Amino acid sequence: MNELIQFDLSLIMPEIFVLSMAMVVLMTDLFIKPSSRWIIYSLSQLTLLGSTYLTGKDFAEETQFAFSNMFVRDGLADFLKMISYLGISLTFLYSRSYMKDRGLYRGEYFALVLFALLGMMIMISSHNMLLVYMGLELLSLCLYSITALDRDNQKATESAIKYFVLGALASGLLLYGMSMIYGATSSLDIGIISTTLFNHPTDHSILVLGLVFVLAGLAFKLGAVPFQMWVPDVYEGAPSSIAMLISSVPKLAAFAITIRLLADGLQSMIIDWKEMLLIMAVLSISIGNITAIAQKNIKRMYAYSTISHIGFILFGVMSGSLNGYASSLFYVASYMLMTLVSFAILMIMSNKNFECELIEDFKGLNKRSPWYAFLMLIVMLSMAGIPPTIGFYAKFMVLQAALEAGFVGFVIYAVMMVLVGMFYYLRIVKLMYFDEPKVKGKIEASLDVQWVLSLNALSLLIIGLVPYTFMEATTQAISLSLN
Amino acid sequence: MNSIYSYLAIPLLPLIASFCVGILGKKLSEFFASSFTILSVFGAFILSCFTLNQTLDGLVVNQAVYQWLATGRYQFEVGFLIDNLTAMMMVVVTFISLMVHIYTMGYMKGDPGYRRFFSYISLFTFSMLMLVMSNNFMQLFFGWEAVGLVSYLLIGFWYQKSTAIYANLKAFLVNRVGDFGFILGIAMILYWTGSLDYATVFKNVGIITAHTMQLFGQPVEVITVICVLLFIGAMGKSAQVPLHVWLPDSMEGPTPISALIHAATMVTAGIFMVSRMSPLFELSDTALSFVMIIGAITALFMGLLGIIQNDIKRVIAYSTLSQLGYMTVALGASAYSVAMFHLMTHAFFKALLFLGAGSVIIGMHHDQDIRNMGNLRKYMPVTWITFLIGSLALIGTPLFSGFYSKDSLIEVVKLSHITGSNFAYFSVLVGVFVTAFYSFRLYFLVFHGKEKWRLQTVAHNDDYHHGLNPKDNPHESALSITLPLTLLAIPSVVIGYISIEPILFGSFFAKSIFLNVEAHPAMEHLSHHFHQIYHGPFGMAVHSILSIPFFFATSGVALAYYCYQVNINLPKQIIKNTQTIYSILENKYGFDSFNEKFFAHGSRFLGERFWRLGDEKIIDGWFVNGTARFVGKCSEKIRIIQSGYIYHYAFAMVIGVFLFLTFFIKI
Repeated sequence: MNELIQFDLSLIMPEIFVLSMAMVVLMTDLFIKPSSRWIIYSLSQLTLLGSTYLTGKDFAEETQFAFSNMFVRDGLADFLKMISYLGISLTFLYSRSYMKDRGLYRGEYFALVLFALLGMMIMISSHNMLLVYMGLELLSLCLYSITALDRDNQKATESAIKYFVLGALASGLLLYGMSMIYGATSSLDIGIISTTLFNHPTDHSILVLGLVFVLAGLAFKLGAVPFQMWVPDVYEGAPSSIAMLISSVPKLAAFAITIRLLADGLQSMIIDWKEMLLIMAVLSISIGNITAIAQKNIKRMYAYSTISHIGFILFGVMSGSLNGYASSLFYVASYMLMTLVSFAILMIMSNKNFECELIEDFKGLNKRSPWYAFLMLIVMLSMAGIPPTIGFYAKFMVLQAALEAGFVGFVIYAVMMVLVGMFYYLRIVKLMYFDEPKVKGKIEASLDVQWVLSLNALSLLIIGLVPYTFMEATTQAISLSLN
Repeated sequence: MNSIYSYLAIPLLPLIASFCVGILGKKLSEFFASSFTILSVFGAFILSCFTLNQTLDGLVVNQAVYQWLATGRYQFEVGFLIDNLTAMMMVVVTFISLMVHIYTMGYMKGDPGYRRFFSYISLFTFSMLMLVMSNNFMQLFFGWEAVGLVSYLLIGFWYQKSTAIYANLKAFLVNRVGDFGFILGIAMILYWTGSLDYATVFKNVGIITAHTMQLFGQPVEVITVICVLLFIGAMGKSAQVPLHVWLPDSMEGPTPISALIHAATMVTAGIFMVSRMSPLFELSDTALSFVMIIGAITALFMGLLGIIQNDIKRVIAYSTLSQLGYMTVALGASAYSVAMFHLMTHAFFKALLFLGAGSVIIGMHHDQDIRNMGNLRKYMPVTWITFLIGSLALIGTPLFSGFYSKDSLIEVVKLSHITGSNFAYFSVLVGVFVTAFYSFRLYFLVFHGKEKWRLQTVAHNDDYHHGLNPKDNPHESALSITLPLTLLAIPSVVIGYISIEPILFGSFFAKSIFLNVEAHPAMEHLSHHFHQIYHGPFGMAVHSILSIPFFFATSGVALAYYCYQVNINLPKQIIKNTQTIYSILENKYGFDSFNEKFFAHGSRFLGERFWRLGDEKIIDGWFVNGTARFVGKCSEKIRIIQSGYIYHYAFAMVIGVFLFLTFFIKI
């Protein structure tokens, strides 16, 4: 018995580490002067480094369960966790000077982000609907409060309230759906649900009822149409650094629970959720791309762009094949890399007295700082899906999977929507390179941000040129976890 | 030198040099840029000589270097086929390239694009080597297009000159026509034999001989179609009628590249390609006849145009066209080795002539009109002697290199019996006279007679006019120019005498060129003549003195002497009395104006129509702007939904769930 617990604990070492470090950060902040906040920053980065080590040390080769199958550690989980650490670490780095300028560079920010990370890690590793819900709530509560971190800012608090109320509604929907599924299968364990449904087909309409509600909750987290309304408002209202956080890493976790619940737990209901996802994907791609055109605020534009990307991710999941899941995983990871750069550039263009949030602010960037204009160019091309960037490859893989699943017409439609999307991405490029700058002056950023940001942006190009290792890693992560 | 990778160094050396000089550009000193490229080409030349030495001992390498792409059942590889044919081309290409590199140091001195020029010609050397060393059609096509690209870049080297831009565009477009045929031919080969590898194609070619295909409602042999299509590619690159129109205009480029690309190497790629494809061409007499007739037309009629040109480079350009026609005729007569032999000798003496012309142009301060020259032998002795050697080689003076190749060529055409050989024989024979006449017209006008630039009344002292002031004397060019001239003059004299026996009648090409002796016995007979009647190259020279070609050549020279030295008013009188013929020649048989009126004007007309109707109305008006308007409207509409009120948002979510439930729950 004792050994068993020891084994269980050894599996959740990274989670334990992140939890204790978050506490340490919270406590340390009480005892240091505001001028030595770099300690907190370094502690947080160290946390991520340490958890990377802990996860990487015994990277899961095979699926292992802990705490009576509540917690699972497999290739998919470890892969997603590693990417999450990277994403959070980059978030800390990119937002450092932006937060300092606005007086938000405080201990609770780091602690909350680390708690949010813990929530995501739990979501990623959950093998029980209860744990899914717990992780989701931990993440969500942290995100709500982070959004309102700048509490004297009216816009930020307004968006936090919106996010909170709608999020509560979505959680309620999810919980209700879970209870329906529990009613039909009398289990919360994803593995048992899967086998029960497979062996004893039960009342179908109750299950579909549950599925719709679960899906609504998931779609809210991902930001898929028609549950996307909060996305633009929250992006616009929250400080850019927070918007960056909300738009990037939590999508990985949401993707993980989507895979766990749909592709694993409700595998035998594939015919039903396939169509639901299809509707959401098509709507997301259309509404995301078309509405983005009318935006004048770049953060809102990013928000709609996110919605369209989510549509593509759902395209891969909906194919219902290992290949499709792997493509979606590839897409969600590369989406995270892209969105981080896009927000980071927004942040380094802002300073104490100036908040860069209008599309017009990008005018003539090439004349001011050609290198950043080039990095932004890479991101825009990648988001638009132009080869040889990673974004092209991601779209290509996802659409290929959908094509194999037989959705020819919808794939053609998606490609046409990509063309529509091209417009607003390339408009940024046009503004940067062909228009005269409104403001003069070079853009300053600290040396480490410069280097890491350049590396991050160039990686979009490099992985796009040689995507095979990355693609293989995702394929392996998926095929190790689902059989 | 046994691993395939060591051969890789030969094309890669110039490529690396080209990239370094091209990318670093202004950061390098001019001296470094030129010496670096020269050294790399020199290295390639030495390695090529080693390779030739090896292949002379019977070595044949046919091996892939790496696989570039594999799709389904097709594999695309980069590989080398190295045998005597390749090795000979490699040595010729690298040698001429080396000479031109050295020459360029003097010729391009002070030009702002000095480094760019070196980068280009090194890139050309790489491309040409890839072309000749290829062992498959894909790489052949790569090299084929790459040399075309560099040719395009170099013709338009002085991109401020509008004529240069016009000329390079023309060269590019005309070559597209040829390349279209070429790639169709390659596609057919891939379709019928299932491979692009030379060896496999040649092995499988037996399968397709029996097949016919429907073309314009007529059954045609597949092999004939393939050969004709491939030859259309050769017609573009090797400037055969009617795709020859780009070559004279290509003289807008700097003279060194006229020598390297548009005389000695690139334009002979077509000849090389057909020789390489001899196992295919040997199977189709129809294609061979086609080849021969096209060649014969080019050889004679382009030569005639050389007579009336007054630009020193254009005379030589038309001479090149005519000589390419000669080689093509030899291909048609199944005398591939003779064509290759003439290709080699021609490369040396024509490069020599072009570089000599370049030296004259520098001496004349960039005046290219031969009517303003004269008596230059007094001022430019080295250029004079070497140019004379080149001209003598070109017209086929016994013992000179051009004599051996051209005389064998005429002889073999005489012995050939395929359709069109009589016409071809007539053409090449008259061509000898024409060649001798225009060559020595040029020679006498430039190097003998009165110093005509002194007769000009207008003295131009400003920078905008080219040409020599009446009071100035031209000077002999620098060593970097005269050295290549001298080095090229040597093979122009002796290479024929030395190499005729192994190349034409020995086993030099035995492993490279396939010959169907029973069907095309001309080469066999020629060999018989050479051994039994002439007893060797010297005897061949002695015998030729009584032959018709020699008579034609001497009478051409004599006529040129009479017209341009003795009775210098005669040409003007002749022009006056033969206005019709003269104007036909002046208009170059109307090819240019026909192309301009029919193709250029016609396609502009069509393009305009498509643009107005298809593009502006349907695509722009309907699809592009129409969709944009539509999307814009939708976008505005959807924006309204995003009201900012929580209860709207929550309502949307609930509606969403509700709709999903009604859709999916079936009770």
